[in-house]
Amino acid sequence: MGRTLTEKILARAAGKDAVAPGEIVTATVDLAMFHDSSGPRRVAPRLKELGARVWDPSKVVVVSDHYVPAVDPESAAILKLTRDWVREQGIGAFYDMQGICHVMLAEGGHLRPGLFCVGGDSHSTMAGAYGCYMAGFGATEMTGVMVTGDIWTRVPATIRVDWNGAFADGVVAKDVMLHLCRTLGMDNAFKAIEYGGDTVRAMSMSERGVLTNMAAELGAESAIIEPDDKTLAAIRAAGVAIDDEEALRWRSDPDATYEAVHRFNAADLVPQVARPHSPENSGPVAEANSARIDQAYIGACVGAKLTDLQMAARVLKGRKVAKDVRLLIAPSSRATTEAAAKDGTLAILTEAGAIVMPSGCGACAGMGAGVLAAGEVCISSTNRNFKGRMGHKDAEVYLGSPYTVAASAIEGRIADPRSYLQ
Amino acid sequence: MISGRAWKFGDGIDTDVLAPGHYMKLPLEEAATHCLEAIAPNFAKEVRPGDVVVGGASFGIGSSREQAAQALKQLGVGAVLATSFARIFYRNALNLGLPALFFPQANEIRDGDAIEVDPVAGIVRSNGREFRVEPIPAHLMVMIEDGGLMPHLKKKLARA
Repeated sequence: MGRTLTEKILARAAGKDAVAPGEIVTATVDLAMFHDSSGPRRVAPRLKELGARVWDPSKVVVVSDHYVPAVDPESAAILKLTRDWVREQGIGAFYDMQGICHVMLAEGGHLRPGLFCVGGDSHSTMAGAYGCYMAGFGATEMTGVMVTGDIWTRVPATIRVDWNGAFADGVVAKDVMLHLCRTLGMDNAFKAIEYGGDTVRAMSMSERGVLTNMAAELGAESAIIEPDDKTLAAIRAAGVAIDDEEALRWRSDPDATYEAVHRFNAADLVPQVARPHSPENSGPVAEANSARIDQAYIGACVGAKLTDLQMAARVLKGRKVAKDVRLLIAPSSRATTEAAAKDGTLAILTEAGAIVMPSGCGACAGMGAGVLAAGEVCISSTNRNFKGRMGHKDAEVYLGSPYTVAASAIEGRIADPRSYLQ
Repeated sequence: MISGRAWKFGDGIDTDVLAPGHYMKLPLEEAATHCLEAIAPNFAKEVRPGDVVVGGASFGIGSSREQAAQALKQLGVGAVLATSFARIFYRNALNLGLPALFFPQANEIRDGDAIEVDPVAGIVRSNGREFRVEPIPAHLMVMIEDGGLMPHLKKKLARA
């Protein structure tokens, strides 16, 4: 009987020949990641209480990204605690203010097809772009992983989502995900999403990461894309040697059983915007009725990679951000900032009036710089617009692609980016 | 048996309304006072031990932050019933010893109703009616009977 890629990884991690959806298994963890907010400050006291140490420091990655750089004594203390704990536990893979955790896993060469990974963050699903399994968990469960090196899970049924055809210019992976939040809804808990089709094959690894990242907004357990030449090239670019044959065998069987198969035509999609206060409140950009904005924000793991900054630059080249609007850009990693400086992207953005900020989660989760006051309106390339997430509870956040955010910054209203790309 | 008043909410109660990001630096006791304030300003002030939160679909959608479940527990909430849960919230709640039960009949409950929940037997009583709900899976009951994941780990480590 055919198995999906997710089922194959879970079977391997659980030491079984095969597993079926619904089955509860205990899986051995290959990689565990957490950050300054969910990690040491919450896990360390629990480990102390248990009198336990980390089961295998070589399998742990820690990233300080939520409270960086420190803005007050409390955030400084959280960052110091994180550094001290990493040193004390002998954890080598530590990224201190280098970028956002999900991006650092890829940049640092930690991901490869077939791995079973856990993360102390809901957008851990992003790693699935590399053909591995990764799901998010809370701090107590991550403590359990630190002690035992394993975790229970119910094998999710896999939902296949295929996109075929070519996008119109100005339509990107972010538009796909906003559209899926509405069409598939956000109640896909305990399901794995597998993306495929020639549109996905044609996407860069960075764009594929948008699909797997926002599987969290679909409510999914995990998301995955079968590895191909692009996956292998990205792993090599991170400086990791990989056996092609072993990596590429991690695929779903042709006769695998999917709980559902959804097929979409990329050519039909137009730029999407999610209105306040949920990603599923999405539709064509025109439905946002040219809402007036105070802030445009390009940030987060999902929306401030080099390709995202390049999209914004394409729209903003030779143009200016509207008066009374602020365009904030928080590149997803230090290396992203460096690459964007080298290729001229940053200069285009700053000439247009953008304000470049430190790499980190920033305003996305309301913990860093760039949050909103009551009554303010923002369009953002981030992944969530829940009430109160990006600052005051009476602020409004719209979600769109970096193209749409940049076009809106120019007009001071939510705008269709396509007219700027001709 | 958990017994109190029902606090009724709709679909998609997310982790940002349960545990707003900008309060996450604060100790749990302080962060909990902001739980649900964006949609129910009196909740944290008026909720009493044993009260039951009743929600719709995707309860706890969003972040992995455990404070979403911890804040409810800190305020004395006895159980959360919802037509469906976001997976991380569901796991967090059980790991912390806050019973979370799938309750397809959530719409039968009104805000402020007296309600009783037996999480082990899978029984909900309210307005003179009794509802059967799916009990907590057996492999999790072992952990819950130990008092949550931390006591469960302690026991496991003591055996090793």
